[in-house]
Formats: sequence, C-alpha cells, structure tokens
Amino acid sequence: MPYDPRLVQPMRDEMTRMGARELTTVAEADAALGDVRGTTLVFVNSVCGCAAGSARPALNLALRHPTRPEQVVTVFAGQDVEATARARQYFSDYAPSSPSMALFRDGEVVHFVHRHMIEGRSPDQIARELASAFDQYCQPTTA
Amino acid sequence: MSGHVFHPGHSELHGVTVVLEAAAGVLYVGRYHEETPAGILLHDVAEHRAVAGGATAQEFVEKTLKFGVRATHHNIVVPSASVRRVSRLMDWTVS
Repeated sequence: MPYDPRLVQPMRDEMTRMGARELTTVAEADAALGDVRGTTLVFVNSVCGCAAGSARPALNLALRHPTRPEQVVTVFAGQDVEATARARQYFSDYAPSSPSMALFRDGEVVHFVHRHMIEGRSPDQIARELASAFDQYCQPTTA
Repeated sequence: MSGHVFHPGHSELHGVTVVLEAAAGVLYVGRYHEETPAGILLHDVAEHRAVAGGATAQEFVEKTLKFGVRATHHNIVVPSASVRRVSRLMDWTVS
C-alpha cells in the first residue's frame, strides 16, 4: 500500500531538485527508456531510510561530477507502482530492489547499483563509484 | 549513515541484505529484519541448497551480487539454533 503522498513528497523533491525527471506513468517510462540512444540513469526511489537515505544524497553528489548521464529519471517504488514496474522491464535481468540505479547506454544496461551495494555505505562512497561508472560509460556533457 | 533513520532500536543489521548460512548447508540471502524468540526474520529471501550438478554456494552468492536477490520467500524465520553464520552480502566469503 502506498505511503501518504505528503510523507514521500520530500523524497520526490530531493530527486527533482538534483535534476531528475519523475516518471509516474507507463507512457512516461516508455518514452524515457524505450529505444533511446545516449546515456540515461534510472533511480528507483524508496521510502526506506536505511538505504535511500544514502542513495539520494549519493546521486546528488555524483551528478556534480563533470561526466554524467545525459538523462536522469526516477521512478518511485511502492508509490508509482505501474511506472516502476514498466521501468523495471527495461532492466529485467536484474532482480528488483529499491533503492537501486541502472545506467543505460544506447538502450543497454552498462552499470547497476543494487540496494545491497548501498546499505551501510556513506553517500561519498557510493558517489565515488557512480562517478567512476560515469567516467567509464558516459560522454562528457557541456551543461 | 547509521541505518537507523526510521527504525531506532533495531539491530545493526536491520535493513541490510545478509547471507545467512544455516544447518545442512542451506544458505539464505535476504534483508535482515530482527532476531525474534523464534529465530532470525529475513524479508525477500533467496534460498540455495546444494544439489548435484547445481550451483555452488559461492556461485549462487556471486550471481546474487551481480544480478540481485531473486526472492522466493517474502518472509522467512530461521531458527536460531540452526544459524551457523550471518554476514553482510557485500562482505561474504566462503567459510
């Protein structure tokens, strides 16, 4: 059962403030992830304070890195259920977990951050690994 | 990050994905919730049992590390008496 929208709004706001675009419908998920070239990071948001409390700040830090994905989108597990399920179809080789992150290049998943890679780690640690993945898989942006 | 953002009073492992090695070579990977009088409660649990020709425990854990936890149990309680070792998934090594 979804949480009270008022409870999760700050977690949504944290994502949009760092430039992530929310995908709240199946159509939005398909538009963002279907047959798309370039680099896209999908952040599966979660109310779980144990892990998402580190994951969101980590992504915020990583997005300050000079090399980063061209597109950053987010779905909210347990909240936007249909959009999350559709987004997960694009990385179905990976077991669902939240929070998690999938980095795509030209429609292929090239890097995946599971929940178990987030738990108990600081935002700095997670961000460093994300930045390393950005360096490996993303073209420099001039924005 | 303490891991106790919403859940004060729980074990350090609360909310953490662990490998629980149990008696008879059974291995579970799931999210640790708490230890109750009945045993250790895990959520969203994948299970490995050694069978001839099947994946070894190490292969199972390595696949889980790469592709995530393919849960076959929503919740499971492993009796404390049968627990041999509990490790964070990220720290697990062959015993």
